[in-house]
Formats: sequence, C-alpha cells, structure tokens
Amino acid sequence: MSDVNSVILLVVILLNFFTLGSARLVACIRAVALQGALLALLPVTVHGFSGHSLILALGAFTLKGLFIPWLLLRAIREVRIRREMEPLIGLVPTLFLGVLATVAAFLFADRLPLLLEHQEGLLVPASLATMLTGFLLLMTRRKAITQVVGYLILENGIFVFGVLLSTAMPLVVEAGVLLDLLVAVFVMGIVLNQINREFATINTERLSALKE
Amino acid sequence: MAAHLLLLALLILLAGGLAALLAGRRSALASNCAAGATLVAALPGLGAALLGLRGAPATLEAAWQVPGGRLLLSVDALSGVFLLAIFVLAPLCALYGAAYLKAQGAERALGGHWFFFTGLVAAMALVVTAAQALLFLAVWELMSLASFFLVAFDHRLAEVRRAAWLYLLACHLGGALLFALFLLAGDLAGSLEFRDFHRLAEADPGVALLLFLLALVGFGTKAGLFPLHVWLPEAHPAAPSHVSALMSGVMVKTGIYGLLRVLTWLPAAPAWWGLLLAGLGILGALYGIALAAVQRDLKRCLAYSTIENVGIIFLGLGLSLYARALGLPLMAALGLAGALLHVWNHALFKGLLFLGAGGLLHATGTRDLNHMGGLLKRLPLSGALLIGGSLAIVAVPPLNGFVSEWLLYLGLLQGATQLSGAAALPPLLLVGLLALTGALALLVFVRLVGIALLGVPRSPAAVTAHEGGASLLLPQALLLSACLAIGLFPGAALGLLAAPLALLAPPGASAALLAVPLAGPGSLAWLLLALVSTAALLLVGLRRRRPRTAGETWGCGYALPSARMTYSAEGFAELAHNRMLPAVLRPAVGGALPAELFPQPVGRAQASADPVLGRLFQPLFAGLGERCVRLRWLQQGKPAVYLAYIFLTGAALMLWSLWALGGG
Repeated sequence: MSDVNSVILLVVILLNFFTLGSARLVACIRAVALQGALLALLPVTVHGFSGHSLILALGAFTLKGLFIPWLLLRAIREVRIRREMEPLIGLVPTLFLGVLATVAAFLFADRLPLLLEHQEGLLVPASLATMLTGFLLLMTRRKAITQVVGYLILENGIFVFGVLLSTAMPLVVEAGVLLDLLVAVFVMGIVLNQINREFATINTERLSALKE
Repeated sequence: MAAHLLLLALLILLAGGLAALLAGRRSALASNCAAGATLVAALPGLGAALLGLRGAPATLEAAWQVPGGRLLLSVDALSGVFLLAIFVLAPLCALYGAAYLKAQGAERALGGHWFFFTGLVAAMALVVTAAQALLFLAVWELMSLASFFLVAFDHRLAEVRRAAWLYLLACHLGGALLFALFLLAGDLAGSLEFRDFHRLAEADPGVALLLFLLALVGFGTKAGLFPLHVWLPEAHPAAPSHVSALMSGVMVKTGIYGLLRVLTWLPAAPAWWGLLLAGLGILGALYGIALAAVQRDLKRCLAYSTIENVGIIFLGLGLSLYARALGLPLMAALGLAGALLHVWNHALFKGLLFLGAGGLLHATGTRDLNHMGGLLKRLPLSGALLIGGSLAIVAVPPLNGFVSEWLLYLGLLQGATQLSGAAALPPLLLVGLLALTGALALLVFVRLVGIALLGVPRSPAAVTAHEGGASLLLPQALLLSACLAIGLFPGAALGLLAAPLALLAPPGASAALLAVPLAGPGSLAWLLLALVSTAALLLVGLRRRRPRTAGETWGCGYALPSARMTYSAEGFAELAHNRMLPAVLRPAVGGALPAELFPQPVGRAQASADPVLGRLFQPLFAGLGERCVRLRWLQQGKPAVYLAYIFLTGAALMLWSLWALGGG
C-alpha cells in the first residue's frame, strides 16, 4: 500500500508545481480538482477499508473533487476571465520558490520528532509542501479566484496531515474543516462578485482602497 | 462556609446586575434592583469577611474549561481584610447612588450603569479571593473594565471621555505587567494555583527582584502609587460621586492587596525593598497632599488626598518590610498594623468625603470650590458630616485616622530608637516627613471646609442650595459612626486584624504587638471626646444665656463688600502655592497683574494639571507615538502582504521549533 501512497503524493506534489506554473485559470481549477480527488483516496489507502475512512474519502471526493471545482468553474464563467495576468511575482520565479519550499518541507520533515510509523513515507513532507504551495499562490496572485485556488491547496495540505491522524481525529473535526472550506469558498464567491461589481475588476489589489 | 457565603453574595450581585440590565430604561426599577441586591449581598459578604478574618482559610473548587487549572476561590485572613472594606462600603455607596442618580434617571437609562456597578463590586470581591492566576487575571480585567464604564458615565462630556481613556490606558499598562508577573511566577512554581506559589520562596534573588518590581509597578498603577497615580486625579472627578467613593475607598486598595499577596510568596525581602516602598510612599504622600492644596475642584482635591493616603499605606508596608529584614518584629508588626488599619480607615473616611462632596455637588451643581461658600448654614447635616470626615482624615484624636497614623508613628519611633547608626536614619527622617504630610493635610482640609462650607455664598447656586434626601445622608452618617467607633475602640479593630497580622508579619510579632498599650489612643480619645462635648455643652449653655446680636462683618472700610472679596480657594492656598511647592509642581498661573496706578479690570486664572502627567508621561508617550508612526508602512492594506507576514511568521516558528528541538 505504501507504494500507492507514494505515487499519489508524488502526483499531488507535481500538481502543486503545475498550479504554480500555469496562468490558465481553468487548468488550475482542474488540477486542484484532480488533486482533491486523489487525496480523497488517501484515507482508504493509508488506513484500509473501514466505515470511518470510507466516509472521509467520500466526503472529500464530493467536496474537493466535484462540488467546489464546479462552483469555481461556474464563477469564472460568470466573471468571464480566463488567465491570470501580471501576477505579483512572475510565474517562473514562483515556480522556483515552490521548488525551494518543497525542498525546505522535505528537510524540515526529516528533522521532526515523529512517531516511527510516520517517519517513512511521504505524508508529512508532501503535506508541508502542499501547504507552502497554497501559501505561495495566496501571496503571489492578484485575482480573487486564484486566491481561492490557493486556499484549496492549503486545505489539501492540511487534509494530508489530517490523514496521518484520522484514526485519532474524530470525524467531526474533519467535517468542520471541510465546512470551513466550503464557507470560505462561498464567501470568496460573494466577495468576487462584489469586487467585480464595485470596481469592475476582480483584482484584489484594488481592495487597498479600503485601507483605513 | 466562608467561601460558600461569598458565592451566595456573588450570585445575588449577579442577579441584581442582570435585573438592572433588563430593567433598562425603567431607571427607578434598575436602581432599586441593583441597590437592593448590593444591600442584600452585603450580609453574606460580611459574614464571609468576618469568618475569613478569624484566620482559617476556606477554599471552594470547581472544574473550569479554561486550560491551566481549576476554578479556585479562597477566603483567608488577608482576603478578609479587604472583603470587609468592600462589603461595608459597597452597599452604602449603592444606597447613596440610587438617590443620587434619581434626577438623571428620568432622562437616561441607568440599567447599564447599575449592571457595571454590581459587576465592579463582584469583581473586587473575586479579585481578593481568587486563588488561581488565570482566574485572578480574568477578574482583575473585569474589575478594570467595569470601573472604566462607571467612570465614563457622563460620556457626553469630552473631559470625562478623556479621563476614562486615561484610566483605561493605565489599567492596561498595569495589567500587562501583571500578566508577565503571574505567567513568570506560574512557570517558576510549576502550577498556576496560588497554593503552589510558596515554591517561589526558593527563587533566585534576581528573579525575586524581577517579580517584586513587576508586582510593584503592576499593582502600584491600580493603587495610585507615585508616580503611577496619573489616572486618579482625572478619573475620580469624572465619575459619579458614589462611584468615586467606591473606587477611591476600596478599588484602589485591591492594588495593595495584590502587592501584599505577592509578598507572602516571595523570599524574605532585603531591607532596601522596604526602603523603596517607604520612599515611594512618602514621596507620593507629600506630592499628593501638596497638590491637593492647590486644587479648586472639590473632588480632584479629594483624589489627590487619596494619593496621599495610599502613600501612607505604602509607607507602613515598607516600614514593616524594612523592620523584618533588620529583625525587629515589633516594629514590623506596628508598620503592618498601621497600614492595614489605614486601609479600613481610608475606605471609611474617603468614602464619606466623596459621598459628602457628591452631596455638595448635588446641591450646588458645581465641583468648583470658588462657587460654593456658606453651605454649612444651608446644608447643616451634610456640612456636619463633611466636617466629621475631614476631622477623621486629618487624624484628629477621637476619630479613626489618628489610630492608624499613631501606630505608624510608634513603629517609626521604635525603629529610630532600637536601630543604631545609619539604619536608624530612614525611620527618623520618615517621622519628620510624615508629620509634614499630616500638617499639610490639616491645611488642605481646613481650606476645603472653610471655602466650601463657611463664609458667604459665592454663587447664586450656593444661595439656593438645600439638603438632599435621607438616603443621601444616612450612608454618610453610618460611615462617620464607623469612623468614630474605630477611633474609640481601636483595640477591637486591632483584634480583628490579629489573624491577618499573624499571616503577614514575622512570627512573634503579634505577641509583641499585644504588649503595646493599645488602650492608649482609645482612652485618650474617650477623654478628648468627653472634654470636647463638655466644652460644646458649655458653649451652647452660654449662648442660650446671652442673646446674640447679628451685624455686618467689618469690610476693611469698603462701603459695599461683596462675596467676591472673600478668600478664594486659590487665595487660601497661597502659602502652599508660593512657599512650599517646588517650582516644577506649581500650577500655571495665567493673566496679568495691574500695571498702572489707576484701577482697571484684570483677570488671573490658575490651572493645576498634574505635573507628572504633563511633564513626564505625555511627552514620553507622544514621543513614542511619533516613532511608532514609522512602523505604519507595515500596514500596506494589501491581502498579499498580510499573507506574506503570516507565511514568514510560520516559517520562523518552524525554524525556531527545529532549533528548540535540536537544543532540547
């Protein structure tokens, strides 16, 4: 099973790089959907078949793999935008930073005092790398919609970490995180529309007009 | 038992406060609910205080959701001292306040005010009984916030808002140091419960000094210790009078409670801690009373006198620490007994004076001494009570102020005679300085009584002034009789303080204290009372026998003397103003003197802002504020930048945890 895990996690990390390096929003959202769907497999592959892991997997798959991407795709259809123009830091430098962050995540995970059964495998470094990628996206992109993608990737990273603990973590906590995410996406959706209406753009830079 | 009684009192207060809040706009109902609840809660509260004063600590425990421990309340002898003051003064202030605010109640909702009033009383009771650091900090903040809202009662006035903000700032600065104090202490003791804090007694001298200084500044801010007193002269005049009475009478004392509590945990204090406390105390006393002499605002004058009295209490505490370090148990016990008794005494007579000042304010509508005058004729009962309070505060023998100051003098003289060489110098010096403070206090209150009550009215409002209702006078009368009772039976009051003294003073001190002829001031007071009353009876008899003739006061040859030619408040303070105050402390006098030979209109005005606030704290904080403006570029108003901050913080924490793991 550990091979399957590793393959899934490697693909997840590659998808991280893809979102960092791509300017096309639809492709980004699809990549995140794929990432979410892959991650939904993890509870089952790590912990085996059980009611708990199945529910987690199903919930994650519907939300991360289907529902939220569908919401986002609908949103960009409405605001009619396809590409991330002029990010704060260019695509290639971001990609480079993402590589650095991933390396840092692997180094850091190596030094952490983990339980023996968690020291092997890619779960911890992949989780950290995904979280850092999400953060990078949040920081470097201007469009609200890319920021939502950033949040999603951040949450994916947290989800991977949660899988480590899912035997100990009650379902309620995971459900709470998913709910948070859903609410965050909704709020961002509303903000998106509002920014679009008020400023005739969905560029979050313009929000600094609200400073003080 | 004691803790359960306290819990009952707290529940009654809470219920009264909530009922007042629900009553909202029906102001009379709100006043009655809250004042009634405070009166009822005082009974179990006093029971708890008296049981606590017997010495056996009673503890109440409950589970708590907050991390870091359980909910622990403990009523011991030290809590008892302060609980007694709280539950004596609070119901009287509530009773007074209900009548005092009646006129305002028609115009505005009083529910919120009364909610915070009962909240303040409950929070003070919790502060002196909390036995767990987190609980203590929580109720301490609660007390600060409740009193902030009480101070901001007349929030429509800009000066009141300013005073309330200053108070809130001072509270926060002090509170921040207390957080540091208790977290550090909890870390050293390995637990946040006060019963484990005795482990601090093995702390390093350096750490103990740090804890002591944190406690001194943190609690000193609340207590009005010089030079941290700056909020007091602003907040007390701004608050309604019953709130000023409660704040000055007992809330300020919670700072002293805190310092005493911390001192019971720390290792034996070196002598210089005692000298530091006593030095700050006497400086504050002199500073407070000197500035009280030049205030024309009645309540501001009383607020400065609070600073003086707090200084005297700190002097007593410092004296006892000093004596303890030098191995003089009797002197330590005298200093401590004087300080604790002065806590009670000050609660009684300052409560009385603030309520009395509120009575004058109620009758004349002004706090300005220059607009009063001649009030003794119009308000004979209020005037008599105010004179009684003034006599008590200037330590005239048949009243209680004398007893505590007498104990302090005894302690100081004990030190001066028993110690030898340089060690005897500080107590000897302090005797003289304390006497100077006493003389200045006499000047201040002669001026206050003379300008406000005697002479002729100086404003139309003072002419038409009339007595308030019985519920304004009754609390003051009760306070004055308590003052008289302690003055006449000092032995009984000291008997109540036996358990707290045994808890705080070095072993053997209580026994030594019993050997002091405590009957001395008591019987002296009886003798004096007898003399004074005989003299008064004689005078009345003589007056009856000889009919009086009333005539004009000699007007120095002026044909038409007017009330404006009498001594003004500033004029009476000329001695203090020009001769005794150093130039830095002198109030600013504006206006010009007449320059020509012929009469012409000129104006002179005096403004006495607090020198420490104006010359030290305001420039300091203004300078800090200017420097901090440079940090504004951190606030870019861009989400990406804020996210970058979070990212960098997260990365730094990860690195730090790696470093800590590597180190550990």
